[in-house]
Amino acid sequence: MNSVGEACTDMKREYDQCFNRWFAEKFLKGDGSGDPCTDLFKRYQQCVQKAIKEKEIPIEGLEFMGRGKEKPESSS
Amino acid sequence: MVKYFLGQSVLRSSWDQVFAAFWQRYPNPYSKHVLTEDIVHREVTPDQKLLSRRLLTKTNRMPRWAERLFPANVAHSVYILEDSIVDPQNQTMTTFTWNINHARLMVVEERCVYCVNSDNSGWTEIRREAWVSSSLFGVSRAVQEFGLARFKSNVTKTMKGFEYILAKLQGEAPSKSLVETAKEAKEKAKDLASKAATKKQQQQQQFV
Repeated sequence: MNSVGEACTDMKREYDQCFNRWFAEKFLKGDGSGDPCTDLFKRYQQCVQKAIKEKEIPIEGLEFMGRGKEKPESSS
Repeated sequence: MVKYFLGQSVLRSSWDQVFAAFWQRYPNPYSKHVLTEDIVHREVTPDQKLLSRRLLTKTNRMPRWAERLFPANVAHSVYILEDSIVDPQNQTMTTFTWNINHARLMVVEERCVYCVNSDNSGWTEIRREAWVSSSLFGVSRAVQEFGLARFKSNVTKTMKGFEYILAKLQGEAPSKSLVETAKEAKEKAKDLASKAATKKQQQQQQFV
């Protein structure tokens, strides 16, 4: 899958590979410590956040799960 | 006005397989409309939950009538954010997904809760809710309200006009505006003056 920043696609794929391994083998089994992907993630983020700014994609200031928290729990 | 959707799906795979697959589902044969995928935030909380924010760009496929009505929207892809919380201890995942552009045209929000299937612990169920809203509903309501207000004002004018003409036809002194009264008075004065002038001329002629 491509990154929104064309130059970031390889970094994204490298990070994804590392993350997917850690996620299945460590995190889901209860071991959330020691994320081995932090360096790859940092490199990837530097690239992609720059691309996001250049393309003026409006991701700033949006609260995590923001509008989802306001939504009423529907009756089951 | 918001359109609401509620649905439930089952995947015949265990929760850990589904959660792992969640991060690897693009690309797939059914995702040709998804152009890019990026993680833009990720952290593990002190209580061992994984928070992530994923940015997706998707093609903006509209029916032809919508392309004609909203030409400015045609050229731009849709940017979508997907926030998620993975809780391996409780074996649940919650996602909230929404579009961050084209919002003046339409906003679609989706909340999913993934958990172990109540009938079969080897399966995973997804409870999906969505809200589809458009500020265009507000525009159409404003147009309706303006139309009604203008119509009511015209009805008032209609009735006043009727009362005016009926009074006039029935010889009553209709209530007129000051301008009309002043104008009529001026005309009447001119008329009287010219009549008086004519009469004087006639009298003078008689005396000669």
